[in-house]
Amino acid sequence: MDVELRGITKRFGPVVANDNVNLTIRGGEVLGLLGENGAGKSTMMNILSGLYSPDEGEILIDGKPVVFEGPGDGIEAGIGMVHQHFMLVPVFTVAENVVLGVEPTGRLGYLDLKKARAQVDEINKKYGLRVPADELIENLPVGIQQRVEILKVLFREADVLILDEPTAVLTPQEVEEFFGIVSALRDSGKAIVFITHKLHEILAISDRISVLRQGAITGEGDPKELDEEKLAEMMVGRHVSFAVDKAPAQPGEEMLTLDGVTVLDDADEKVLNGVSFTVRSGEILGIAGVQGNGQTELVEVITGLARQNAGKLTFAGEDISHASVRDRHFRGMAHIPEDRHRMGMVDSFNIAENMALNSYYDEAYAAPFGSINWPRVHETAAAFCVDFDVRTPSVFLPGGSLSGGNQQKMVVARELERQTRLVVASQPTRGVDVGSIEYIHKRLVESRDEGDGVLIVSSELDEIMGLSDRILVMFEGRIVAEFDNTGGKADRNQVGLAMAGATGGEAAA
Amino acid sequence: MADATSASIAQQKIESSGALRARISGGVLIALAVLVLFVLDVAAGEVATFKLTGPRDAIQIPNLVVPGGFNMLVAALLAFLGARLFFRGGGRWATMFIGIGLGIAVLAFLVWADAGKSFNLTGMLSETMVRAVPIALGGLAGVLSERVAVVNIAIEGMLLAGAFTGALMGSLLGSWLGLVAAVAIGGMFGMMLAALVVTFRMDQIIAGVVINLFVLGLTSYVTSQVFAEHRWMNNAEVFRRIEIPVLSDIPVLGPMLFSQNIFVYGALILVGVATYYLFHTKGGLRARAVGEHPRAADTLGVDVYWTRYLHVTLAGMVAGFGGAYFTLGSVGRFDENMTNGRGFIGLAAMIFGRWHPVGALMAALIFGFADSLQQKLALLNTPIPSEFLAMAPYLATIVVVAGLIGKARPPAADGQPYVKE
Repeated sequence: MDVELRGITKRFGPVVANDNVNLTIRGGEVLGLLGENGAGKSTMMNILSGLYSPDEGEILIDGKPVVFEGPGDGIEAGIGMVHQHFMLVPVFTVAENVVLGVEPTGRLGYLDLKKARAQVDEINKKYGLRVPADELIENLPVGIQQRVEILKVLFREADVLILDEPTAVLTPQEVEEFFGIVSALRDSGKAIVFITHKLHEILAISDRISVLRQGAITGEGDPKELDEEKLAEMMVGRHVSFAVDKAPAQPGEEMLTLDGVTVLDDADEKVLNGVSFTVRSGEILGIAGVQGNGQTELVEVITGLARQNAGKLTFAGEDISHASVRDRHFRGMAHIPEDRHRMGMVDSFNIAENMALNSYYDEAYAAPFGSINWPRVHETAAAFCVDFDVRTPSVFLPGGSLSGGNQQKMVVARELERQTRLVVASQPTRGVDVGSIEYIHKRLVESRDEGDGVLIVSSELDEIMGLSDRILVMFEGRIVAEFDNTGGKADRNQVGLAMAGATGGEAAA
Repeated sequence: MADATSASIAQQKIESSGALRARISGGVLIALAVLVLFVLDVAAGEVATFKLTGPRDAIQIPNLVVPGGFNMLVAALLAFLGARLFFRGGGRWATMFIGIGLGIAVLAFLVWADAGKSFNLTGMLSETMVRAVPIALGGLAGVLSERVAVVNIAIEGMLLAGAFTGALMGSLLGSWLGLVAAVAIGGMFGMMLAALVVTFRMDQIIAGVVINLFVLGLTSYVTSQVFAEHRWMNNAEVFRRIEIPVLSDIPVLGPMLFSQNIFVYGALILVGVATYYLFHTKGGLRARAVGEHPRAADTLGVDVYWTRYLHVTLAGMVAGFGGAYFTLGSVGRFDENMTNGRGFIGLAAMIFGRWHPVGALMAALIFGFADSLQQKLALLNTPIPSEFLAMAPYLATIVVVAGLIGKARPPAADGQPYVKE
């Protein structure tokens, strides 16, 4: 099945989200759609799936114009969307999730789960998905959950699959497997739209690439004739450098030391198991590891959001094992949390309020009768915005209205624009555009050069390899390997192996 | 460094929240053991007699005679369970240990109260069933609405409205039409709650409280102003018990399950139907999806708003039926605030029953047991003041909800309004 978008324009008020976009999607082909956050990729795909109707232009399926009036119409026409945020019921089984809405039934509305299971297994076999039909979603790793999403779309007999940032939540190994599945789907004649902002992935899997910037197609081509640099230029509109520019580290005194930190979860399992390491001033220590191996708990314990069940934390020579979050904050610990929406910002607060979340009680903001000196807060926030390249017309807009990259820069600005001694950055560039990634990395290196200890926790191996002076690998709640990465000399393969649980690596220092 | 560290961890004792809970419950069981041993002690020669069949029953079985030594046994068992929980932790059996402990403690209490006397156990079990009915139906109404993520505090008001309407319409038009009217009025309040929380996205707790206050105010007003003058408007004929042939002759179980009025049968049937509906039909799957992840359901073409309206209305109808029990199934007459918190206990039963219809029924039976126990004990002339005994159902609610539940998980979207994009 071929789908053609002709001259699609979509406006939201004064904002033009899509500007005269032409795009062809062909069966048996993977179309890579590249663009930064906010470039209009999602709007376009929502038009394709029937959620939005375009202001101008038309959609043709196999040469015939069609009009979509609601979210059901896209799937009816054979266009299925796999959302970036999974739409799965965690306490349902795979089969129940797949058939929801189009259930096979017997008499009296009886839900024929046996039939559902058989249907799921049939699709499983056809495309090599290998998803256990009777398992609860919550017991499955993210990679498999994503396959369930694909199953859902295939079950509804979609011929066009739109995959919105599908690799954002996957580990390197899972990405490999995922590409295998995409290839199988393509070979069976399905049309695939692969949306991403990751350059190497789009080069690896696409048959054709279209680049979207500020709502318009700014480049198209064959992946064989393109490379990451050219793509990045098309996407960002200027030259982008990927290598993080930094001098060799000059480690100083011990800034943060963990000694035998152990954390139990609700089921009394050890999610952190005797973790010990030291972050020195003037160095970037990177924690690599597949998501869910204790990184989240590690950051929570360091920043004081959670308490360790055993072990000791020392910050600049003082015991902070039982210090409160604010105490640690006052001692100079900055925290860039892994999920900004949940922990880093208040979406409905304006930018100035968000920037003052960790300082509203400061002397500097004090006004008579315990009130806050808002003009000063606004001034400071405006200065932060300039300083940290947060692009916004005004500091009075809600934080949630910013693009992902600008939101993250807002959080980074708030955390770094004060006297810091240790920066704890967890997934600092998740869901952030290339330009902002570059910028945030630069600021983290600057913090290091000013003599801060920097701890970076990331599931993006490239980020860890590029930024860190030293790398620790976490697996099942333990530090399993340590690598010296001065001048980027750590072996990527070795780190990858350690992430998968292979022991060895260099001996702990 | 690595070796020194691992050694220091090994020496440190790691205390988890689960272990703390086991310690507290262990302590409670040991305290109960002491209580049974010294306060509820029965002299060795005395026996407690429990009557299992009445003189006119078709099948006669002998009385259950419990010797006084029983309580010593209970005390020993309680002490053992408590000590185990306290020192070793219960692991996955912790909840079961606590349940068993509380259960045998209640038995010991019964034996103590009944020592040297005779007590109609079957009668009490039958009464347990009857008293569990409004709680079970309230719990079922809670299950139906919370499964689609609408917190239904208004069950109390719906029960009360059902009771009132049942009495009024039952007096005017006869019991059957009274029952129909009670169900209808419950459904109407359900629909009203749905409109407030689904369409107008009002806070679900506040909406529920508003309905409760409205119903309480209106029914109390009519009772004191109208019913006081016109007694005939508040005098409905009560549904008689229906004996099911053969089955009702089974000892103990017969009188409990098969010699009751339509409210008991109705509650049992509704629990069965709701279980089948929620877990084995397509409508049930969709309803649960709406309660767990409404956005996912929406993207798959399930109408979230309609599903919530439907189920909250059904919940109201179930509660209306449960409310009619108070008048048409019991005394035939409405009294001010006669539901007396049974709707809230129903909600507790729903939580204790883990949002499952059968679970809610079982929990309701526990509360019903506490309720009938206090009634019977008043007759046995125990030294405990009757005011304290009247607290039993509520006390049981607190103990069960706070102590036994552990980690019950409500539907993920429970209480949250859904906003379409």
